[in-house]
Amino acid sequence: MIQATGVSKRYGPTLAVDDLSFTVPPGMVTGFLGPNGSGKSTTMRLILGLDAPTAGAVTVNGRSYRDYRRPLYEVGALLDAKAFHGGRSAYHHLLALALSNGIGRSRVGEVLDLVGLSTVAHQRAGGFSLGMAQRLGIAAALLGDPPVLMFDEPVNGLDPEGVVWIRTLLRSLAAEGRTVFLSSHLMTEMALTADRLVVIGRGRLIAETTVAEFVDGGSGAYVLARSPQTGRLRELLEARGATVVPEAQDAVRITGVPSDDVGELAQRSGITLLELSAHRTSLEQRYLQLTDDCVDHRPAGRRPEVRP
Amino acid sequence: MSTTAADRPPLGVRDGFFADLLRSEFLKLRSVRSTYWTLLAAVASNVVLAVAAAAVIPGALSAEDKLTVDPIRLSLAGLHLSQVAVGVLGVLVIAGEYGTGMVRATFSAVPRRRTLLAAKALTFAAVAAAVGTASCFAAFFAFEAIVTDPALQTSIGDPGVLRAVAGGGVYLAVLGLLGLGLGAVLRSTAGAVAVLFGLLFVPAILLELLPSTWRTTVGPYLPMQAGSQIFIAQNRGPDELGAWAGLGVFALYAVVAVVAGLILIERRDA
Repeated sequence: MIQATGVSKRYGPTLAVDDLSFTVPPGMVTGFLGPNGSGKSTTMRLILGLDAPTAGAVTVNGRSYRDYRRPLYEVGALLDAKAFHGGRSAYHHLLALALSNGIGRSRVGEVLDLVGLSTVAHQRAGGFSLGMAQRLGIAAALLGDPPVLMFDEPVNGLDPEGVVWIRTLLRSLAAEGRTVFLSSHLMTEMALTADRLVVIGRGRLIAETTVAEFVDGGSGAYVLARSPQTGRLRELLEARGATVVPEAQDAVRITGVPSDDVGELAQRSGITLLELSAHRTSLEQRYLQLTDDCVDHRPAGRRPEVRP
Repeated sequence: MSTTAADRPPLGVRDGFFADLLRSEFLKLRSVRSTYWTLLAAVASNVVLAVAAAAVIPGALSAEDKLTVDPIRLSLAGLHLSQVAVGVLGVLVIAGEYGTGMVRATFSAVPRRRTLLAAKALTFAAVAAAVGTASCFAAFFAFEAIVTDPALQTSIGDPGVLRAVAGGGVYLAVLGLLGLGLGAVLRSTAGAVAVLFGLLFVPAILLELLPSTWRTTVGPYLPMQAGSQIFIAQNRGPDELGAWAGLGVFALYAVVAVVAGLILIERRDA
């Protein structure tokens, strides 16, 4: 379990993380979501004790990371795929980390197998592609077989095969009962992998919730109906308390009544329906809504269209 | 502080936190090429220059020179060059981690940074002292094997000779630690190498421009001037510090740099 309590981090004039509190509960994948530059990586650096918080505290399994003597048994982390000496082989890189935590040589071979780097284990890691570097970082994270795993943008820059591999791996790690904390600025990635979400923007907490609640929390679900008789349909629906907004020439957007009821009502009233569909706010839309005010750099004159 | 569950290694894992760090740091040192290149350069400088000195210098010295020269200093002439290689390696051991990004993996695995830096310094110093001392002995015996002039021949059993030859290795190790300390403080290989060699070579040049009294009062305390006392066996200059006092002053420079590194490494963001 990871717990942040009122954590802030200031770099000179920039407040990268602002009074952030959240919990990453054990045994599930928690997505850490926010636009680029919203403080995700900084927060992860604070969790790992790489940077010291300006205020507040973060604990991993109840203790500050810097208090651990052998933290690889507690937390495995991939923050930066290129955090290795390019002149050292993958095997020696992992072995050096393993030895520092009293982890045996045989485990190095195991994690190399697990990430599929066994055949290149004795090559200089400096020649690795981004995908291979990412795998090496994941192998390092798995060395101590830790109950808590943390990955910062693990799919960034990977080819489709690599993306699928990481997704499958994360799922299986969570299925083993591990705590997985995973950051991304890509909503779609989160929708596929995460159970819970911690959403931040400009260093502040925006939402901490399950994926399902996150979607439902949007101004949400609506029904789209297309009919040559939209005027009459609208009258009938409004009489039942629904809100009906014209959507296009022959379509209306209905909220407050489920699509089944719309269908039955139309049938009973002899209204022809050309189309009837229920819509839910996608995670992507919901995310854009929430972080709309929190995006630091946006191309001038191009505001992303956010439709409820 | 009481021992909590997280401090104890899981079943089947050895205890001995510091020993694990030493093992890890020794592997790191062995598993990059720069270690071999710099140490090879150091050994080669010591031995090759000893051979060259033995072959060339006796013919160039006057009879009077031969009475005042220290043959050990001649046989260890290579130290002037090998110190550059060992100093660079000392810097690389820590600044290289910052330069490559390895330091983030290292600090994630070992969040107790002071203990880590201490293990690093100890491992490096042991390797530098071992290689340095071995190459100084090789240089000494190579010189003695080649030199034919009786005025320049010495035996390892002569007064001060053993201390001076072994001292060459100690000098290299202390100098390397000075580099490591500077590397930890500056976190940049180029910056730390520049400061290290500035510290070694520039003060002596500046001193030449200053009044001669400064040369005798301040001069002996300069890093290289103080440090070289340990590898002088005889005919020490009148204003120079003794072997051990000189080494002490030199070591003080290294201690200051390493302690500054130990303080800063804990406080700064990685």
